[in-house]
This record gives sequence, structure tokens and C-alpha cells, in this order.
Amino acid sequence: MFDPYKIREDFPILKRKINGHPLIYFDNAATSQKPKQVIDAIRDFYENYNANVHRAVHTLSQEASELYEKAHEEIANFINAKGMKEIIFVRGTTEAINLVAYAWGLHNLKRDDEVIVTLMEHHSNIVPWEILSKIRGFKIKYAGIKNDGTLNYESLESLISNKTRMVCVSHVSNVSGAVNDVKRIAKIAHEHDALTLVDGAQSVPHLPTNVKDLDVDFLAFSGHKMLGPTGIGVLYGKSEILEEMAPFQGGGEMIKEVSYNEKTKSCDITWNALPWKFEAGTPNVCGGIGLMEAVRYLRKIGMENVKAHECQLTAYAMQRMQECKKVRVYGPKDAASKCGIIPFNVEELSSHDVALFLDSYGIMIRSGFHCAQPLHQVFKLQSSARVSFYIYNTREEIDSFIEVLKEI
Amino acid sequence: MDSVEDYVARTEETCGEEKAFIIIFKYDKKEQAITKILKKAKIEKSISNIIFELNFKGVSFRLYSTGKAIFRNLKNKNELNSVLNELLS
Repeated sequence: MFDPYKIREDFPILKRKINGHPLIYFDNAATSQKPKQVIDAIRDFYENYNANVHRAVHTLSQEASELYEKAHEEIANFINAKGMKEIIFVRGTTEAINLVAYAWGLHNLKRDDEVIVTLMEHHSNIVPWEILSKIRGFKIKYAGIKNDGTLNYESLESLISNKTRMVCVSHVSNVSGAVNDVKRIAKIAHEHDALTLVDGAQSVPHLPTNVKDLDVDFLAFSGHKMLGPTGIGVLYGKSEILEEMAPFQGGGEMIKEVSYNEKTKSCDITWNALPWKFEAGTPNVCGGIGLMEAVRYLRKIGMENVKAHECQLTAYAMQRMQECKKVRVYGPKDAASKCGIIPFNVEELSSHDVALFLDSYGIMIRSGFHCAQPLHQVFKLQSSARVSFYIYNTREEIDSFIEVLKEI
Repeated sequence: MDSVEDYVARTEETCGEEKAFIIIFKYDKKEQAITKILKKAKIEKSISNIIFELNFKGVSFRLYSTGKAIFRNLKNKNELNSVLNELLS
């Protein structure tokens, strides 16, 4: 049975006091806290298995390589990918999207082509495409957002044409928490021979994810938002597309052979097999192992339980926030159509003031643009405050948050 | 004479149109910094003794009892430093 109070015992940081108050961590959309199982796995790796992977014949290297490969396999299982060849370890969602932009976009996009991006995207799913469009000359079209922060599917669908080569969309908005129907978007994109890249940074940690069912071509997500360490993330890609793509970075690990050709006076290079073709240099071995442990932890709880718990907390918080007369909540009103994130503002105060006020009571929330400035322009907001929940948050914490909000 | 660096641990600059500077005072110096500032600036409003809305020579800002302050409508970091210098000297 799902028990957030029992789960809390696994998170050492939640025992902390901040400014004399018990820590209430409501900034999970920025990063999650880590259970002792993940912390122990990281320590265990460095104490017992640390070696470079795929480099040496000695025992430690073999053991480290096995663990690192196992991590790919378990993450593939977690999102129902075909296997580890579809799982590329990167630094995080941002690097995953940049990988697609440069390894696929640089070689496949040209003048007259179009890439569709939505106005609710995090900057990491906007800026790489804007940079690349200046190099390759293709056009970016932005799909609109409705007043409640949900995606305007009519706007998006009207933009997709035979010129469209890629549709970039977040599964869950990092500002409003709105969940997008990426399966529907992938279907329409495929009808026009376009690919889909889904930013899963706010969905994979919180919702059951099945890439075969969603039928998306790429899915990017970060380990640190799902109980894992920072500096590790994942790019899922359909193997048939990854096979055709050029490498992202060059170096060790990503090559099978580099041989000097006397005739051409240059090197002939063959790429390594997937996923290593996209993992140049010594990878973040320990990060991958930490992420594997995080995924094991989440699987043990059950992603359906994670989703249900956050949905209940969101509904409860949104209902209680109505008691605060000065508070205005943005985004979808129906908790079932969103995912654990509530943006809001307090009359006459900037979001930073609200965050600093809550901080003095030990309540950690985010303030500002949340790296999604275009969406704030749609909402006509200078900035917003944001609470975001995870498995260890409780109704009692929401009660404390509401009491402080009422004081402002 | 004390300098700004003696009291300030970090300065965060917020992004967007609503540019602001958030000052985080050094943990072991925050009480001293708050006392100095409250002596020099005019208190316009206090919320639960946690937020103080202050004015110092026409510059409005908010000071938090946790040792943070937020300054808006300043032209740049030089102007911020100049105000902090006067408040903390």
C-alpha cells in the first residue's frame, strides 16, 4: 500500500529544519530529493566497483561495465523501450534535446523545412531549435496555448503539413502541469512523415511511461527529477532512427575503429553500436547506476500509485488555495488533467517575495519564469510562484503551506 | 570599516522584465546586517515581523528576517553596491 509517511523515512534530507521549521520541499519540478537507497548505491559504486567502462580486461572494469549496461537495460524496461540500444545516457533533458537537434537536425533539416514547437515549452526545447534554424535556414512554427494553459490542439494540427519534419512538445508543462496528449500528436506527425520529440522531464518521473504505446520517436528526461543524481539523463530514440543518425560528439567509446588511411591521408572511422555511438568519452557511470537504483525505487512503489498520490495532493492543494483570497492560481482547473504542479501569484507581491516569505517558514518553492518565458507571455505574467509535489509530500505539508499563504 | 563583502554571501539577479537583485547575507553576519539596515532605512510596512518593506534615500526594498533582501528598480549592480555600502557601513 502506498504510504508517503513510510516513504519519507527513506529521505534523510526531509529530517532537516530550515529557518527553525521542518523542511517542506515543494520544488520537485526543479529537482527531486534522493532516497538513501540511491545515495547508498552511489557510495557502494565508488567504494567497491569504480573503474572505467568498456576499456579494460581487468575485473573491476568488467564489473563496472556490467553495472552500467544493466542500468541501460533497466531504464529501457521502465519506459518499455525495445532494449538498451534505444537508451542513450546524457547529462539531462537539455543535452538529450541538443543531441537530437545536432545529430539529427543538422543533417536532415534544410531551407523550406519546418519544425513545430509549442509555446509551453521549457527553453531547452526552444533554444536548440532556434540556434539550429539560424544555421540551416528552416522555419520554426509555434503552436498556441489556451487561456487555461492547455495546448491548443487545433492550432498545433493546423501547423502540421508536409513541410513539417519534427514536432517538439513537452509531455507535461513544467509551469502549468498540463498533460499533453503526445500519442495523438505523434499520430498526426507520422501521418505527415514528421518525427516527434517529447520533453519528458516532468512526465517520466510522475506518470507510467510506455514509449511503444505513445509511439513517439524521441523522449528526453532527467535523472535528478526522478530521485536519481544530477548529471545523468536519458534520450530514448527508436533504434531504426538512431541507427541512421550521425554521432553527436566524437571521441573514445563512440567508435569501433579509427584507422589512418595512407592513400587519403586521413582517418577512416566506423561508429560503435548503439547506444555507445552516442556516448562519447568516459560516461557518467556512477550517475547511470544511481539512476538505475532510482528507477528500482519508483517501480517498487508503482508509477500508477505515484500518479494517483500526486493527483490527490494537487486536487487538495488547489481546493485549499481557494481559501486564500489574495492568491490566484493559473493553469488547468481540473487536477486530473494535470500533473503535480500548481503555478500561482499573490496579490501585490512578486513571486520572489512569496518564495522568500515561504522560505522563512521552511517551505521551498520556485519563483520566476521557470525557464519558460514564452508561456508567461501567454499568461501575461511577469513571473509566477510554483509548488510541485512528489511521492514524499503529504496533505499536512499542504495544510502548513496554506496557513502561511493566509498570513501573507 | 566593514564592507559589503563582509556581509553579503551571494547576489542573485532575476530574469525577465521584472529585474530584481536578491541579496543573501552571510549566515553568521545576517543578524548584524539586519540590525544595521533597520537602523538606517525607514520601515514602511512589516508583515509578521518576517518581511520589512523599507525605504532608504528613495530606494524601496524588502528585507527578510531570514537574512535575505530583494531590491527592484535599480539601474545596475553598481547602484546596488552603492546602496548596500551606505546601509552596511
